[in-house]
Amino acid sequence: MMSQTESADAHHGEHHEEGFVKKYLWSTDHKMIAKQYLFTGCAMALIGGWMAYVFRMQLAFPGEAVPGYGLVSSAEYNSLVTNHGSIMIFWVAMPVLIAAFGNFLIPLMIGCDDMVFPRINRLSYQVFLLSAIMLLFSLFVQGGGFGGAWTSYPPLSSEAQFSLQPLAPSLWLGAVALEFVAFLLGGINFIVTLMNSRAPGMKMYDIPMVIWMIVLASIIFMASVGPLIAGAIMLLFDQLVGTSFFDPNGGGDPILWQHLFWFFGHPEVYVVLLPALGIVAEIIPVFARKKLFAYKTILYTAMATGIISFFVWAHHQFIAGIDPRMANVFTVTTLIISVPIAEMLFVFIATLWGGSIRLTTPMLWALAFIAEFLLGGVTGIYLGASGADIYFHDTYFVLAHFHYTFFPIAIIGTFAGVTYWFPKMFGRMMNATLGKIHFWGTIIAFNFIFIPLFMLGAAGQHRRIYSYELFPELAEMQDIRVFATKALLVMLAFQAVFLFNFFRSLFWGEKAPVNPWRSSTLEWTVPSPPPHGNFAVMPTVYRGPYEYSHPDREEDFWPQDEAPKKLTD
Amino acid sequence: MIERYIEAVSSYAGDIDGLINLVHVIVMTWFFAVQAIFFWLIFKFKAKDGVKAQYITGEEKYQKKWITIPHYMVLVFDLVILVAAIRVWVHVKQTLPEADAVVEVTGQQWAWSFNHPGADGEIGTDDDIETVDELHVEVDKTYHFILRAHDVLHSFSVPVFRLKQDTIPGREITGWFKAESTGTYDIQCAEMCGVGHGVMYGRVVIETAEEHAAWIASNQ
Repeated sequence: MMSQTESADAHHGEHHEEGFVKKYLWSTDHKMIAKQYLFTGCAMALIGGWMAYVFRMQLAFPGEAVPGYGLVSSAEYNSLVTNHGSIMIFWVAMPVLIAAFGNFLIPLMIGCDDMVFPRINRLSYQVFLLSAIMLLFSLFVQGGGFGGAWTSYPPLSSEAQFSLQPLAPSLWLGAVALEFVAFLLGGINFIVTLMNSRAPGMKMYDIPMVIWMIVLASIIFMASVGPLIAGAIMLLFDQLVGTSFFDPNGGGDPILWQHLFWFFGHPEVYVVLLPALGIVAEIIPVFARKKLFAYKTILYTAMATGIISFFVWAHHQFIAGIDPRMANVFTVTTLIISVPIAEMLFVFIATLWGGSIRLTTPMLWALAFIAEFLLGGVTGIYLGASGADIYFHDTYFVLAHFHYTFFPIAIIGTFAGVTYWFPKMFGRMMNATLGKIHFWGTIIAFNFIFIPLFMLGAAGQHRRIYSYELFPELAEMQDIRVFATKALLVMLAFQAVFLFNFFRSLFWGEKAPVNPWRSSTLEWTVPSPPPHGNFAVMPTVYRGPYEYSHPDREEDFWPQDEAPKKLTD
Repeated sequence: MIERYIEAVSSYAGDIDGLINLVHVIVMTWFFAVQAIFFWLIFKFKAKDGVKAQYITGEEKYQKKWITIPHYMVLVFDLVILVAAIRVWVHVKQTLPEADAVVEVTGQQWAWSFNHPGADGEIGTDDDIETVDELHVEVDKTYHFILRAHDVLHSFSVPVFRLKQDTIPGREITGWFKAESTGTYDIQCAEMCGVGHGVMYGRVVIETAEEHAAWIASNQ
C-alpha cells in the first residue's frame, strides 16, 4: 500500500500545479466537483434550516416578531414553507446524496481515474450553481418569493392575478428546470461511468451497493423527469404567454399538472431514498464486520422499488377530483411498494446478526437511519390506505410522515456518509466525541419535533396555515406547537457542534491513514485524500465488496483488490 | 386512534376511524416488534475482544427464510389493510346515497360560500339561503354537496365529518355526508390557495329539525 502511495505522488507531481480558479472553481476532477456539490448543498441546507426556524417561530408565537427576522406576513409565510421544501429536496437532498456522494465515490469505488465525461460533470455543477442562485434571487423580487407550495399547483401558480406574484413563480420554475438539467447531465455521466469504467474483474455483483443505488436513482430520475419538464414548459407558457394548458377557462385542466408533477414527484422520493440506503449498506458491514446479508436480494428489491415507484403517483391525488375508482388501483400499488422497502430494512437488520458491532459515529447515524426511517415508512401505510387518506390528506400527519422519511434520507444519510468518508475526502479524522454529542442532540430533538406534529395531524390540523387562531378546534393545541418549535431550536443549535467539528477537523484534525475503518472497498486503497487520477496503479478486483470476517483469513477484512494467495505464492 | 383528538360527527366517521384503528394496530405492532429485534441485535452483538464476527452470506435458502417469511407476512397484512381501505373508500367516495337535501359549496379566494335550500327544500329556487363562512345543516339528514371553485384549487375539509374533497375551477364535484349529532365545528380549506389560505375558515352548524326550520324562517 505504501509503495502505491509514494508512486502516486511521484507520478502526478509534475502536472498537478494548478491555479486557485482551475483547482477549486473550474476543476474537472470528480473529487473537487463532489466537494463543490457538498458545500453548496450544505450552504443551501443552512438557508432551508433558517426558513424552518422562521416559520416554526411564527407558528409557535403567531404575530410576534421572530428574532433575527421580524414579523412574518402570510405571504412571507407561504414563501418560506414553499422554498424550505423546494430547497431541502432539490438543492440539498439531491446535490448531496446523488451528486456529491456519486461524484466522489463512483470513480473511487469502481477503480477508475475519473468520470467518463469530466467536462459534462463540470458543466453539471455550474448549471446547478446557476439554478441555486436563480432560486435565491427569486426570493427578493417584487411580490416576494414563490408561495404556491413546492407542488406548484395551477391555477394558483400560473396566474399572477391569483398568486399576486408577477415574477417569482416563473423564476422558481426556471430554477427547478435548471436543476433538472444539472442532474440529467450528472446522471448520464454516472450511468456511463459505472457501465464502462469498472476495474478489471469487477463483475455486476462486485459493485458496492451505494454505487448501484446512486446509479439506479439516476436511472429512475432520468426516466421520470421527462413528463415534468414538459409540464414545466407548459406551465411557463401559461404564466408568460397566456396559454391555457392548465386553465379551465381556456379548455385546460389543472389536474393534468398534478399528474405530470407526481409522476415525477413520487419516483423522486426513491431517487433520494436509494442513495441513502446505499450509504447505510456501506457503513453497516464495516462496523459490524459482517458481509452484507443477501446482496442480490437488496439489489433486486431496489430495482423492484424503482419500477413500482412509477405506478403509485396518484396516491397524492386521492381526493383531488380524479375519478374515485382510480384510487382503488393506486392504493393497491402504494401498499405493494411497502413490501420491497420493508424487505430492504429487514436485510439491513439481518446483517447485524452475528456481527461484531462498533458504535462509531458513522455507525450510529446508519443505525439511526433504520430506526427513524422505519417510522416514516410505516406511517405511509395510513396515508396509502385510500379510505384513511380522506382524513389524513393535507394534514400535519402527512407532513410528519414525510419528514420521518426525508430527514433520515437527507440529513441522517448525509451525516452518516460525511462522517464515514470524511477521512478520505479531506485526509483528516473527525472528532468522535463531538460527533457523538452532535448525533444524540440531533436525533433526540428530531423526534421531539415531529412526534408532536403527528398528534396535531391526527387532530386534523391542516398544512400551510400561518396561524391557527381562526380555527377554534385547532387553536387550543398551541402548547404542542410551542413544544415542537422549542425542539427545533435545540436541534438547530446542535448543528453548531457539527459545523465546529467539521471545520476544526478540516484544518487541524488528526491525519487520516489510508484505511482508518479497515474497509474492503477500493476507495480505501488510495491515499487520503486521493491525488488527481486516484490510483497510482489501476486496481484489479478479485472479490465482492463485503468480505468481512472471512473464516479463511486472519484479518477480518479482505480488500477487493488483494490478489488471491494462490496467484502470488 | 384519532377519536382521542377529535370528535366523530358524520355517519361515515366511524368507518374511517375504524379503518385508521385497524391500520394503527397492525402497523404499530410491526413497528415495535421490528424496533425490539433491531435494538436487541445491536446489544447482543456489540464488539467483544477476541470474538470474530460470523461469515454469513445470506444467499442460502435457510438463511434467507429469516427475511422472506416476514416479507410474506407484510404482504398478507397489506392485503388485509387494502380490503378494509377499499371498502371504506367505496362507501364514502364511490357511492352516493339518496339525498334528503342538497347544498352548494363554493370556494373562492379566500372564503367559503354556501347555498342552502329554503323552506321548499329545493335548491335553485327563489328562497335559497346564501351564506358566507357558515354552513347550516340538519342532523340525521343525508346531504349531497355540490362543490365548485371560482378561481384556484381549494379543498373542502370538515375534520369532524372525516370529509375532504378538493374543488376545481370549471368542474362540479358531488359528494355526501350525514351529520349524526348537533354542534358547531370547523371547516377548513386544505389546499394551498394563496396569500389568504390561512384565513379561509368556516363553521358548520348542525341543528335539530326545529332549530334548522327556525334558522330557515329567520332568513326568508
